[in-house]
Amino acid sequence: MNKGMMKYIGKRLAISAATLFVIILVLFLMLKLMPGTPFNDEKLTEAQLAVLMAKYGLDKPVMVQFWNYLRNMLTGDFGVSYVINKNMNISQLVGSAMGISFRLGVMATILGTVIGILLGIIAALNKNTWIDSLSTIISVIGVSIPSFVFALLLVYLLGAKWRLFPTQYSSSKPFVSSIIPIIALSMSVIANVARFTRTEMISVLGSDYMILAKAKGLDQRTLIFKHALRNSLIPVITILGPIMVNIMTGTMVVEKICGIPGLGKLLISSIQQNDYNVTLACSFLYAVMYIIIVLVIDVLYGIIDPRIRLGKGD
Amino acid sequence: MDELKDIEFLPDDFEFVHNQDIMKDEVMPDIPFWLDVWRRFKKNKGAVIGAVVIIFIIIMAIFMPMLSSYKFDAINSSEANMIPGTLHWFGTDNFGRDLWVRTWTGTRVSLIVAFAAIAIDVVVGVTYGMISGYFGGMVDQVMQRIQEILNSIPTLVVLTLLMTVLEASLTTIIFALMFTEWIGMSRITRAQVLQIKEEEFVLASRTLGASSFFIIFKEILPNIYSQLIVMSMMSIPNAIFYEAYLSFVGLGLTVPNASLGVLINDGFTYFLSYPHMVAIPVIVLGALMLSFNLFGDGLRDALDPTMKEM
Amino acid sequence: MAEREKILEIKDLRISFKTTNGTVNAIRGVNLELHKGETIAIVGESGSGKSVTTKAVMGIMASNATIDSGEINYVWYDEDTGERNERDLTKMSESEMGKIIRGRKIAMVFQDPMTSLNPTMTIGKQIMEPMIYHYGKTKDEAYAKSLELLELVGITNAKDRMNNYPHQLSGGMRQRVVIAIALSCDPYVLICDEPTTALDVTIQAKILELIKDIQSKKDLSVIYITHDLGVVAKVADFVNVMYAGKIVERGTIEEVFYDPRHPYTWGLLSAMPDLSTNDPELYTIPGAPPNLAYEIKGDAFAPRNQFALNIDKRIDPPLFPVPGSDTHLCASWLMHEKAPHVDMPESLQRRIANMKKEAGIE
Repeated sequence: MNKGMMKYIGKRLAISAATLFVIILVLFLMLKLMPGTPFNDEKLTEAQLAVLMAKYGLDKPVMVQFWNYLRNMLTGDFGVSYVINKNMNISQLVGSAMGISFRLGVMATILGTVIGILLGIIAALNKNTWIDSLSTIISVIGVSIPSFVFALLLVYLLGAKWRLFPTQYSSSKPFVSSIIPIIALSMSVIANVARFTRTEMISVLGSDYMILAKAKGLDQRTLIFKHALRNSLIPVITILGPIMVNIMTGTMVVEKICGIPGLGKLLISSIQQNDYNVTLACSFLYAVMYIIIVLVIDVLYGIIDPRIRLGKGD
Repeated sequence: MDELKDIEFLPDDFEFVHNQDIMKDEVMPDIPFWLDVWRRFKKNKGAVIGAVVIIFIIIMAIFMPMLSSYKFDAINSSEANMIPGTLHWFGTDNFGRDLWVRTWTGTRVSLIVAFAAIAIDVVVGVTYGMISGYFGGMVDQVMQRIQEILNSIPTLVVLTLLMTVLEASLTTIIFALMFTEWIGMSRITRAQVLQIKEEEFVLASRTLGASSFFIIFKEILPNIYSQLIVMSMMSIPNAIFYEAYLSFVGLGLTVPNASLGVLINDGFTYFLSYPHMVAIPVIVLGALMLSFNLFGDGLRDALDPTMKEM
Repeated sequence: MAEREKILEIKDLRISFKTTNGTVNAIRGVNLELHKGETIAIVGESGSGKSVTTKAVMGIMASNATIDSGEINYVWYDEDTGERNERDLTKMSESEMGKIIRGRKIAMVFQDPMTSLNPTMTIGKQIMEPMIYHYGKTKDEAYAKSLELLELVGITNAKDRMNNYPHQLSGGMRQRVVIAIALSCDPYVLICDEPTTALDVTIQAKILELIKDIQSKKDLSVIYITHDLGVVAKVADFVNVMYAGKIVERGTIEEVFYDPRHPYTWGLLSAMPDLSTNDPELYTIPGAPPNLAYEIKGDAFAPRNQFALNIDKRIDPPLFPVPGSDTHLCASWLMHEKAPHVDMPESLQRRIANMKKEAGIE
């Protein structure tokens, strides 16, 4: 790893930290602007309230409060829920929800990436044939239509009409009941990856080093598997960031449609039931996940990129 | 030299050509820019279909609510939960509101929200990019860092937080959506400003003491307007989607108002018994998003063939 | 010259490209000969069809290209039996081309070494690959031979270089690696497509020297494609001047450089950068090459030719033999007995006189 690389990673880390700080600051300000205390539960006695106020340092000056809040958020102490699950620690509430959402997102990403790569390669190898057109149509539809539309369609067809899969998530059958949401979420991944892989593959197939490889007398299969594939798949890493974001947005709505007790559903319930603390905690976690994912992908590609960039000679 | 035997030579064959106009270069016929764009656009079937669908939906959204005898928020409990038929073309919801009118009214609202949000995005983005690029130095540094930080927060979170604080209305939703797409616009503008700032006529006017801000502004718009148009067209489906998202999670408009998001959210409640209630607005939403994407793609390729991906 | 054996012969080759703007007739009847151990050069402006011609020989044309007519006859002797084979490469299937010809019989060095190596594969793997693929060599054998090749092309620390990726090497080094790859399967013909254009001037001479050196060691026949007459003068035995998809003049180096007959060749020679002549009036070729998407009537060069004859507008000239030589040919009606006599421009005459003086001929 060279100096430029270190500088790049350092810059990315700094931006991420600053972003995190800004988010926490905004959340804190919102908390301050909300009417009443965060513990506006009439059943709390004066004494309990005082304990809570002291615990969260709400009797201290604002700067100290912010410092405490910052520390609490970063250590995963999000306070308590007061509507959805009375006085339950939000970190507990959020913990299980995040696990479910995360599993769903990862499975959809993997499924979508694998299918998307296959589709993209097949399209590139059959450029300008009906197979290519078909895959382009699938990509355009997948890119432009949001995942909840697919979720509704699948729930209706596969779930309600043909009764192949349960329409709602159930924790006793976590896999079978996740199939519909996973397919729905993976549609945009398939579309994006297929489109990107096709473009990359076509440009690799037309590259000078592929012509040289062909001039060596290698057959089509060796050319594609040993030379083209690797070079066209490495750049796919770059679009994993936007794809994860898509999935995160998708889970919010899809979780509601399929009744999955994930972070998205928790966020929506907290909004609908005015459980501010939970809303802020969920938003915070979404932001943190997003920042981490983008950071990891950026750094990962930053490490791989110089080789590709130099190799392409530009 | 067998070939020569078959040739009948003419008497003047071996004389020099006179008045040989050597310097004549072949020049492409001069076609006006827009005609050229239109020709390329026409060739893209998907884009043309997209444009037709968009125009059709816009016309329906403008005129259908006016022409119908129903009102979008008129409750008629005796006609609740009707399936599509001759009386109510798209059926009714569970309060007996006519869904034909509600769908087109909702489409109109969603389109207004999207267009307004994107228009503001363009203004904000161009201004931000202009200022950042023009002043450069510290100002640019700070503005770029702010932009990077904003860009690192997921849109979803920005929208959720904003709408948690704000009372949901047409104006606040437009305001919130403004935060989603302006960064791309500002990037394009800034890059163009930085490029033009270095050009000689700008430097010259500066040394003469003229304010170059205005000159740059006049120079930049013709260079970026096609990119801005394409970007706007590609951003509209996002805005439409985010509006629907806000209603669906309970942060957007609510019944009896109508927007595509409200209709989808409302229809979803009775989704398994009356699938048409959600299917109709979902189809309109999907058709709009798909068409704007196709149209934007076609427009980009038509405006700038070099931007085309393979 | 001793007994010359023809190894490659292109006869009346015609190639067209299907593009969105219609059919482009890129190659319009090319004839070419390559003899064993000799070097020929194909010279012309970009777009004249020199690269397409050699890509057709390799069978690596773009997918929208078709060979409309013509033959590419290639002669070789079986490695084991010594039996003579002659095949028309245009009639060979894709898989036959891969198995028999590409890499093994005819190898190619490309223009841009920065882009012609696979960026994610080590140098070693890229050199070993064709040997293992074509001759079923073991990894160790292939490795040993790769080391030899790298040393042959003048790369020091060959062992370390084997594990390097292309981006870790300089342009000149990479071109040496590309040459090593080309040599890995012991081909008989080496096609060098502008092998030094993308390199530094200081490296250019070294690479040319290297190719010349290897040619004599391995008894290779070489085809150079270039627009640089300076390169031609250094390396080639025969020159083919190409214009708009046709060969317009052909001959030995001496014939074409000291006694050029075609007005286009005159222009090319005059345009050569030269320090010794200090000529105020320079003969240049006006205009631009024709658009091959349109049908060309008569001589394609006529519109730019200040010595154009009326017949040029009707009929494409055949290759006329230049009197007094059996190797020098020129496709211009000026060569016809009835044509008016035209002398080459004076500035060029002076220049050639200078060149001869430098070469110590007169």
